[in-house]
Amino acid sequence: MADILLEGRNLTMLYPVRRGLFQGLIGMVRAVDNVSFSIERGKTLSLVGESGAGKTTTAKSVLLLERATSGSVYFEGKDIYQYNKDQLKREYRPRVQAVQQNPWSSMNPRMRVKDIVAEPLVVNAKQSKKENYDRVVELLDQVGLKAEHAEHFPHEFSGGQRQRIAVARALALNPSLVVLDEPVSALDVSIRAQIMNLLKDLQEAHNLSYLVIAHNLATVRYMSHGVAIMYLGQIVEYGDTEDLFENPLHPYTNALISASDLKLPEDRDQNEKEIILSGEMPSPLNPPTGCRFHTRCPEARPECSKIEPEMVTVGKHQVKCHKFV
Amino acid sequence: MEYLRDINEAKIEKRMELRRKFSRLMLIIPVVILALLILSAIFAPLLAPYSPTEIAMTERLQPPSFLKGGSPKHFLGTDSLGRDVFSRIIYGARISLSFSLIVIFITGTVGTILGIISGYFGGRLDSFIMRFTDVALSIPAILIAIILAVGLGPSFKTIVIASSILGWSGYARVIRGEAMRLREVDFVAQARIIGSSRMRIMIKHIFPNVINPLIIIATMMVGLMIIIEATLSYLGAGIPPPNPSWGAMVNDGRNYLETAWWISFFPGFCIGLVVLSCNYLGDWIRDKLDPRLRRL
Ligand SMILES: Nc1ncnc2c1ncn2[C@@H]1O[C@H](COP(=O)(O)OP(=O)(O)OP(=O)(O)O)[C@@H](O)[C@H]1O
Ligand SMILES: [Mg+2]
Repeated sequence: MADILLEGRNLTMLYPVRRGLFQGLIGMVRAVDNVSFSIERGKTLSLVGESGAGKTTTAKSVLLLERATSGSVYFEGKDIYQYNKDQLKREYRPRVQAVQQNPWSSMNPRMRVKDIVAEPLVVNAKQSKKENYDRVVELLDQVGLKAEHAEHFPHEFSGGQRQRIAVARALALNPSLVVLDEPVSALDVSIRAQIMNLLKDLQEAHNLSYLVIAHNLATVRYMSHGVAIMYLGQIVEYGDTEDLFENPLHPYTNALISASDLKLPEDRDQNEKEIILSGEMPSPLNPPTGCRFHTRCPEARPECSKIEPEMVTVGKHQVKCHKFV
Repeated sequence: MEYLRDINEAKIEKRMELRRKFSRLMLIIPVVILALLILSAIFAPLLAPYSPTEIAMTERLQPPSFLKGGSPKHFLGTDSLGRDVFSRIIYGARISLSFSLIVIFITGTVGTILGIISGYFGGRLDSFIMRFTDVALSIPAILIAIILAVGLGPSFKTIVIASSILGWSGYARVIRGEAMRLREVDFVAQARIIGSSRMRIMIKHIFPNVINPLIIIATMMVGLMIIIEATLSYLGAGIPPPNPSWGAMVNDGRNYLETAWWISFFPGFCIGLVVLSCNYLGDWIRDKLDPRLRRL
């Protein structure tokens, strides 16, 4: 039995959409639609998909920045959506931290690094200033920064260094899970690998679980144990990383892998063509009927536009496509 | 080429050093001006050569001592009732400066608190506070002042209350906009993830980042407040006439601008000095508080 740390069960997030002079309600966006996933202790799950797929919204419902409209989040087997404010503050919030995508906006420009990194400690653990400071130095050391950096302001650092500071802050409370929303996409290509290695090392050292959000499949493959491919608010394929990359089932997954640079042209089989997705992603306000992907699917069949496929288990992973029903 | 770069860097460094010295020097001027004015307001009874209210009809409309026809007894001349302009300016600083500082402090504090709450919480509370703000912005302060003057009697307190009751609305409007913007910035989301309370977020994350507009509005208000005090007093809601304030003195001299310009000019000059000094000081404080600019 796997050691499940956090589980999202049937998460759905609806946003009202208002337009016009009187801000009339014209509909609901299903930003996240019946999404379920689980994260094992010490392991990484990645959410992958195009812009607008609902990745950040899923992460927000885990971080409780917004509550899902329906569905729930279970942490160590307990439904945290049932927790009251006090329980959340004591038992959940400190254990689930986050590193945001943009290291330029994720820190208050008027605070020093020592105050930024110590803030979780100040808010949650009532310790002396000295203890906090010692912990800050220790954390900075863990992320590869020096003690003297503590006195500086965020604007004095490069993007990569800032992301290290953000990681230090996320680790301050010894969390069990860290949500990483595109942790390297805002950084120079040359320093992405450093940060990814750092994150991997820290995961091993502290037995951390990660929920990673990413566009880039190379990042995902390198970092994660499990992958959930999202399209228009739904998970369309879900499984172990290696398994999913070796044996992608859903046409959308195939297209993503094909479009990424994971496979060099000379590695492709003679008869394997590059699949290029045509068209834009449809609006989540008005999603296609049946399978949501059918408007862009190279293998669409007549039933695809009528009936929404069920999630089925094929081999070691799950897929939501009529081909496998 | 290498040596060229070194020379340039050295030169630039030197220039920067000069600039820093210059800007420090430039800062001393407004600080000294404001300090002198505030000190003379505090120690007015010791400094003023004459009583500010004593009428001496025999000495009326005398030019300043350094002009032709000026008497050495009256450094800045006398007004239409023979009162010493210099003494009146020193006493006038008391009313003008304390009025502006008190009103700016009250309105700035109330406006900032309401603006942050309104912008950060949003929703119904925001609509509620903003409705009040719109009403406050649309009522003329003079109307309130006159009503209060009837109710409470004309006094310094009356005009402070009258100006403060509505004056916070300008701050609230601007600060609310900033707070709304900041609410969506990542570091506020991060603070929530960490578990910070709303109170803490407003104090530690929103407030320090709305200081810039706050300082800009507050320094802009200094001059306006001096003039408002004059207007309200002129209308009979404030300090009764013989007591001097700068705004009131400018007013008094209006009929003598051609024959005895000094009656209006010197208090007007003081208002200008205070406004300029405050603006300059405000810019400096703003830069000082901003870590991104602190090194410059
Ligand atoms: N507060 C909101 N109100 C209305 N619609 C929203 C809101 N937040 C997100 N959405 C919509 O929900 C959908 C999913 O958004 P989300 O930010 O989760 O996508 P994402 O997968 O993170 O995309 P990206 O890769 O661009 O970050 C989008 O269509 C977006 O427009
Ligand atoms: Mg996103």
